[in-house]
Amino acid sequence: MADFDQELDASGLNCPLPILRAKKTLAPMETGQVLHIIATDPGSVKDFEAFSKQTGNELMESREEGGKFHFLIKKA
Amino acid sequence: MQEKKLAIIATKGSLDWAYPPFILASTASALGYETEIFFTFYGLQLLKKKLSLEVTPLGNPGMPMPMSMDKWFPVMLTALPGMQAMMTSMMKKKMADKGVASLEELRELCQEAEVRLIACQMTVDLFDMPTSEFIEGIEYAGAARFFEFAGESDICLYI
Repeated sequence: MADFDQELDASGLNCPLPILRAKKTLAPMETGQVLHIIATDPGSVKDFEAFSKQTGNELMESREEGGKFHFLIKKA
Repeated sequence: MQEKKLAIIATKGSLDWAYPPFILASTASALGYETEIFFTFYGLQLLKKKLSLEVTPLGNPGMPMPMSMDKWFPVMLTALPGMQAMMTSMMKKKMADKGVASLEELRELCQEAEVRLIACQMTVDLFDMPTSEFIEGIEYAGAARFFEFAGESDICLYI
């Protein structure tokens, strides 16, 4: 997995909390910095794709590992 | 990218129907939408400082009940005293178990994200609702105020 600057564990949280927490965590980060998000909500896979498309923050990676979903988002 | 706008009218005051306006508004603001919710009639319950919202199985054939109760439980019995309180506490427990946010939390997230919350002045007067019972930071206005924003909106929902 690529390097990241900050990590957000949204395990156990359901829609729309992972997205809201991600947005909040990204806010003070600098352009180009990468946020690693861990989630257990299966809906978060499509949601983070949609979040990335609509906010312009690049979704660098999205994968499942051991029943958890991992996302890397680069702040625009 | 020009900021999109979402306008919502919230008209319902039950625990289950309280979720859609706050979920959609908070998500929209996370996606960069400018968002406004206009609360009218029973929707005003969602602006109370102390939320005491309930869910009712009565007249709601789509409501999943525990232990497949909906399969054999006569509809009449859902009108029994105590049923509403029981269903409400079961629903709240289920939501907490599944990591669904509480309404208070979602509402706070909306306010943090500067979602504008507008209480329908006419309903407040109609039901003699004391404004001291409502949360801070809301606006009191009428239908024309809603259209000022809704008329410019990209999405407008009636919930």
